[in-house]
Amino acid sequence: MTALDALFIALAVLAAGSGLLAVTSRQVVHAALWLVVTLGTLAGCYLVLGAEVVALVQLLVYVGAIVVLVLFALMLTRAPIGTGDRSDHPISHGLPQRIGAAVVGLGITGLLAAVLLRALSGPGFSTTIDVQRERGGSGRVGEVLFAWWVLPFELLSVLLLAALVGALAVSRGGDDR
Amino acid sequence: MIHAAGPLLLVAILAGLGTYGVLARRNVVMVLVGAELLINSVALLLVTVDAATRDPLLSGQVLTLFLITVAAAEVGLALAVVLLLFRHSGSSDLDDATSLGETSNLGETSRPADADADTDTRTGR
Repeated sequence: MTALDALFIALAVLAAGSGLLAVTSRQVVHAALWLVVTLGTLAGCYLVLGAEVVALVQLLVYVGAIVVLVLFALMLTRAPIGTGDRSDHPISHGLPQRIGAAVVGLGITGLLAAVLLRALSGPGFSTTIDVQRERGGSGRVGEVLFAWWVLPFELLSVLLLAALVGALAVSRGGDDR
Repeated sequence: MIHAAGPLLLVAILAGLGTYGVLARRNVVMVLVGAELLINSVALLLVTVDAATRDPLLSGQVLTLFLITVAAAEVGLALAVVLLLFRHSGSSDLDDATSLGETSNLGETSRPADADADTDTRTGR
């Protein structure tokens, strides 16, 4: 067990624990802030795996923008923020459905873990990853991104535009047609 | 050197947590939080496999960058849908959203016939 292993395990425990709190927390703002912790520790996991640029983009876009949008959604829908108000709208389902959801979630975890760990022993994989820092550096990623992946990269800008126009059309659709 | 089982186990755990969040939450924004966890488990799997297989085109890392962008677009659109849902049913509770179309009294104001169908497909995503 190397130092990288220990670092990854610490980050993974943090990510799994804060993810659990994000989906079980009774208060919406706490859940959103636990999501921030999960996404931040995942950025740390990417760093350990040698994907520097991905880690920085994760921090910039996910923690910076997406969580802000989630908090905006909470604010604009007047979600129950305090402890006492709007108890007639709990943010989770009742106990039977939560148990069912937990069973399905555990099943998916078990299934995925079994399949992925089995794939490790298959051909083309080794049980250890030799992390190469220079693969995830900005020079290498930029070179590949703007040489080989440039067409899908540009298509993404069209997708973002379409999503923005779609969001505008959806949110204004009710008033003025 | 890092053992590959750790990242893969974290992928499985995050996917299970995300599924639990999507299924167990009533508040639609909290369902979105579960979906974000699911997306991030996929991203971690892409980065892990990229580091393990050492693809010369860095496809895992580049696809993760694309995935993060798509997630940003998805959340923007989801915010609009959540706001529309809130405006129509008065709460962000999924149990209150029992009808797909716009069933409010706006119906008589010369609304095009396909508008309801459009909303159905959008909110159904």
